[in-house]
Amino acid sequence: MVPLSHYLALSVILFVLGAAGFVIRRNIVTIFMCIELMLNAANLAFVAFSRHLGNLDGQIFAFFVIVVAAAEAAVGLAIIIAIYRNRGSLNIEDVDSMKL
Amino acid sequence: MQYLLLLMLLPPLLGAALNGILGRRFSPAVVSWIGCGAAGISMLFALLSAGAFSGLADESLPYLHSYFTWIQSGSLRADYAVYYDRLTLVMTVTVTVVAFIIHMYSHGYMEHEGGYYRFFSYLNLFLFMMLTLVTAANYPVMFVGWEGVGLCSYLLIGFYFPKKSASDAGKKAFIVTRIGDAGFTVGVALLFGTFGSLDFAEVFVRIEALRPGELEGILTAAGILLFMGAIGKSAQLPLYVWLPDAMEGPTPVSALIHAATMVTAGVYMVARSNALYAHAPQALEIVGIVGCLTAFFAATIAITTNDLKRILAYSTISQLGYMFVGCGVGVFAAGIFHLVTHAFFKSLLFLAAGSVMHALSGELDIRKMGGLRHKMRTTYATFLIATLAISGIPMFSGFFSKDEILAGAYEGPLGRPWLYWLATLTAGFTTFYMFRALFMTFCGTSRIDTEGEHHIHESGPKMTVPLLVLAFFSVIAGYVSWPKALGGGECFDRYLEPVFGSSETLLRSTAAHHASGRPGPGELMLYSLVAAGIGILLAYWFYLKSTELPDRVAGRFSTLYRILVKKYYVDELYDWLVVRPVRVGSEVLLWRGVDAGVIDGAMVDGAARATAGAGGILRRIHSGNVRSYASWVLLGAVAWLAYILLWP
Repeated sequence: MVPLSHYLALSVILFVLGAAGFVIRRNIVTIFMCIELMLNAANLAFVAFSRHLGNLDGQIFAFFVIVVAAAEAAVGLAIIIAIYRNRGSLNIEDVDSMKL
Repeated sequence: MQYLLLLMLLPPLLGAALNGILGRRFSPAVVSWIGCGAAGISMLFALLSAGAFSGLADESLPYLHSYFTWIQSGSLRADYAVYYDRLTLVMTVTVTVVAFIIHMYSHGYMEHEGGYYRFFSYLNLFLFMMLTLVTAANYPVMFVGWEGVGLCSYLLIGFYFPKKSASDAGKKAFIVTRIGDAGFTVGVALLFGTFGSLDFAEVFVRIEALRPGELEGILTAAGILLFMGAIGKSAQLPLYVWLPDAMEGPTPVSALIHAATMVTAGVYMVARSNALYAHAPQALEIVGIVGCLTAFFAATIAITTNDLKRILAYSTISQLGYMFVGCGVGVFAAGIFHLVTHAFFKSLLFLAAGSVMHALSGELDIRKMGGLRHKMRTTYATFLIATLAISGIPMFSGFFSKDEILAGAYEGPLGRPWLYWLATLTAGFTTFYMFRALFMTFCGTSRIDTEGEHHIHESGPKMTVPLLVLAFFSVIAGYVSWPKALGGGECFDRYLEPVFGSSETLLRSTAAHHASGRPGPGELMLYSLVAAGIGILLAYWFYLKSTELPDRVAGRFSTLYRILVKKYYVDELYDWLVVRPVRVGSEVLLWRGVDAGVIDGAMVDGAARATAGAGGILRRIHSGNVRSYASWVLLGAVAWLAYILLWP
């Protein structure tokens, strides 16, 4: 058996990578992929615990997370396309007109 | 009887309301009818009440009637009730008669003044308040009247309010008397705390049932505090400063309020509270001493004053001092007697002065008068009668009342020789300055400029008839109490015995010392006559015979003269001691410091600035840079996680 800690470590690493990329990368689509990566890291943790505790709750919740991620991706991509059509750029630093 | 009293009290109030609210649209004649009519009806019912009271079964006991419950709060109950005894009878009759006469005089005097309806409205309101004061059955209602007359005094002194000196004088009067009122209120509170009630009937009965010396500390404190109110209201040292300035008001006001009635409220209050003072002889001694010192002090200022009305004002302060001496040595009836006679001759003096002013188009400086007796015979004659009365010349009313006080000062329960001597000396001064005023105004050569000479005329009957009536009373009012020294029975004193008797007996028995019969009363009378005679002679010498003498003497004693002319610099002292600190305190400390600085600056503006500042800092989060938003979100999530994981 692969120890739980290995799965959790992988989950953490994926999450941190996703978070770091979310903060650092400039391309909007890339940022989105990092968000998806974070969600998947969470899914991995859920499933790992479910397997470890012998409880199906974690796997059921993973379904919910997948559904939410899908919906979010749909909406998010629509927004990205709208932004691209308006500004002609996918650089997030160009989306700055909401400053106070 | 309660209806008679109600009919005495209400007409002035209604007259005041009617004239005050609708008077502007009335013709002067209607205003006069309402005003004088109200005063007349009040006088009529005062006399009828007096008659009804005298016909009661036992009229040495007070008549009490409660009209309605005014205050009922916890254990304090104060009804709007009347306490009518012989003292009240004397006061109401005096007040209404003098008030009516002065109302009639004002009808002539104020004929051509603007604000005619306002004048009569305030005058009627004053009469109502004064009557409330003297008929009150408990301290709160008395205080209502007390404050009410103070209010009317303010309104009437500042009647010519466009003139700054007049409105200032009104403020000064009200504020200075307020200081005394503070003491009065504390005294009343003390009495309530001690006796649980403020009704005269209850408090005085309980006090009289005390053994001598019991509760003396509290009663002394209460007595002194109540007297503080009297010091303010009756213009004694040190709160007399408002009365000379009050002469800015129209002359009838000076006559009614500042000679005959309001200023006597303090004396009445002390007399009414005689049971309390009898059990607190130390407080009473203070009353007498303050009165005597004030009498002397004011008389010394009057001898160098050149404004006719101000001479009379200082004279009033001085005579009020006499009344307090009377009460203060334990001969309360004498004090009240002097109150009554003084009401007549002092208001006469003021009204005559008004007549003179009328003839001279408002001139008041006696250095610019003279020789008026030829053209203003009635005014001169009545002024002369009043001057003789105030000087204590035999057969005029002032002689009887003043001598009773002087006799009491020597041999009364709390009498002391030095009080007598100082009061007699003051009597000499009184004679001097009054005859000085008389001579310089009416006799000798005229110092009036020729242009004014043409206008001099005797005043019309509307003004001279009141003068004559008051002159009549100034003569005969004294005969109600023929002194014992001349074989009489002092009926007035005996009449008021039910009111004052037990107090005077108590004081006599507990007095620290007793004057042995050294100088007999006849001898005392002689000294005061001698003092008066010297006063007249000196005045004649200085102001009729050798008229350059006053200036020479003033030149010789220039420092003393200057101190007297500047009224001992008391006003300047108060200005430096009280007015300026209050002004500076309120302007610099409170206005600029607290109001503009702390409240506006720190609290209101400060709150705004703090919010704006915080906002200015926080808005830097909204940079428009999405990546910084993302960083903040991440940072927040990490912090939250740390908090959950690491804190127990």
